[in-house]
Amino acid sequence: MSKLSTKHLLGIKNITVDDINLILSTAQNFKEVINRPIKKVPSLRDVTIANIFFENSTRTKLSFELAEKRLSADVINFSASQSSVKKGETLVDTVKNILAMKVDMVVMRHPNPGACVYLADRVDCSIVNAGDGAHEHPTQALLDAFSLHEKLGSLKDKKILIVGDILHSRVALSNIFCLQKLGAEVAVCGPSTLIPKHIEELNVKVFLNLKKALQWCDVVNMLRIQLERQDIQYFPTIREYTMQYGLSRELLKSIDREDMIIMHPGPINRGVEITSDLADGNSAIILNQVENGVAIRMAILYLLAGSMKSNT
Amino acid sequence: MDNRLLLNHESLSHMLDRLAYQVYERHLDLSKMALLSLQPRGVELGRRILERLKTMYNSDDIRYGEIDITFYRDDFRRREEMLVPSATNLDFSLEGLDIILIDDVLYTGRTVRSGLDAMLDYGRPSNVELLVLIDRRFSRELPVQPDYTGRVVDVVSEETVKVIWSEDDKKNEVQLFSPSPKA
Repeated sequence: MSKLSTKHLLGIKNITVDDINLILSTAQNFKEVINRPIKKVPSLRDVTIANIFFENSTRTKLSFELAEKRLSADVINFSASQSSVKKGETLVDTVKNILAMKVDMVVMRHPNPGACVYLADRVDCSIVNAGDGAHEHPTQALLDAFSLHEKLGSLKDKKILIVGDILHSRVALSNIFCLQKLGAEVAVCGPSTLIPKHIEELNVKVFLNLKKALQWCDVVNMLRIQLERQDIQYFPTIREYTMQYGLSRELLKSIDREDMIIMHPGPINRGVEITSDLADGNSAIILNQVENGVAIRMAILYLLAGSMKSNT
Repeated sequence: MDNRLLLNHESLSHMLDRLAYQVYERHLDLSKMALLSLQPRGVELGRRILERLKTMYNSDDIRYGEIDITFYRDDFRRREEMLVPSATNLDFSLEGLDIILIDDVLYTGRTVRSGLDAMLDYGRPSNVELLVLIDRRFSRELPVQPDYTGRVVDVVSEETVKVIWSEDDKKNEVQLFSPSPKA
């Protein structure tokens, strides 16, 4: 198996375990590339990629752009705030106009769930989902799996806990799909107002008490409270949230698990979901996740480009 | 497919000895030399040459690396099947060294071209030579010639030359596969 089963990366839900394993093993090669003195390979020198961001992003956008440049692709960037979207252009028209300039792939972030799927049905190019609303964020899930794989080896039967704002989190959903496909057990923990209804149907355990949840898991993935997505108040105060669902060294010490692997997709709200000393501590792999993000995105772009035949 | 034995284990083994001696003869100063095998097929050959050179120089300090060229190929997006990359194992800079690039069969020259590109990402060598076990002359698409050759063979493009390394290193051989004549 050396080819992805799909032309796009729209979400983790619709890709196979073989696809995930192929992406992870290819990323291993790219991780070696980005640690060389010259961190660039010529593979995509005849490919043009458009990064279309209808929503703010720092890490993901930089990571994609770096991945594209390290593969020698030509890159154009587009953000909705400075574009004709403000003048009333539709999504499909915007993208078709960009493609008319001979662009081969589109990396898109959009505030609406399903925007990438909608687009993939209507335009003729490879689309990579860089986050669509509260739906999926496949590259984040893959880089999380890759980072965990580096630490733990096979993820089969490993127990992974996701804590925080599960309701508004695309990272949580993609992570659940990805980790389960790799054989891990997943649980979520947070205030009941931030746990989506029926999430148990995805075979996910639900904890409302953080201490109990931490006793269950091997790894904890802390999410940020997405205040910008909250239309109503889901908990009384940030302080109360921190007291109940914030991760601190004292809490880990109380269950004798100070060495627990801690992940965070960023951006961190220090002192809210996690204390500074833990975020900067030895068991946090937050910066490894960021480094691996570039390798994973290189692997995805390389594999998708490989399944696209050249026009020459 | 019909197959024919080009080299048996014994003659292959003598050939490896000779290639190693030729390298030894030209590179008496070990401090400037490094062997670099092209993944995946050059590795088995490279490791065997390395073992022989260790005995000749009576030293374990021979620089040896393996380099993957998948991301440097010029047929990416032009072939049906994608190639799976192999690992690059190279923990020294190539700056100022005399490099001996190693691959098993030299055919079109495109793999070596990619190898030269990949190599330059690790520094600027002062000199690069090419060592191959089998040189399929008359099949070249790029101006690439070996400096050390095991055997030159004249075969047509429908035929395949395969170097087969046995696991226990006791029955290595080179075979020529030809398409069966149509009935």
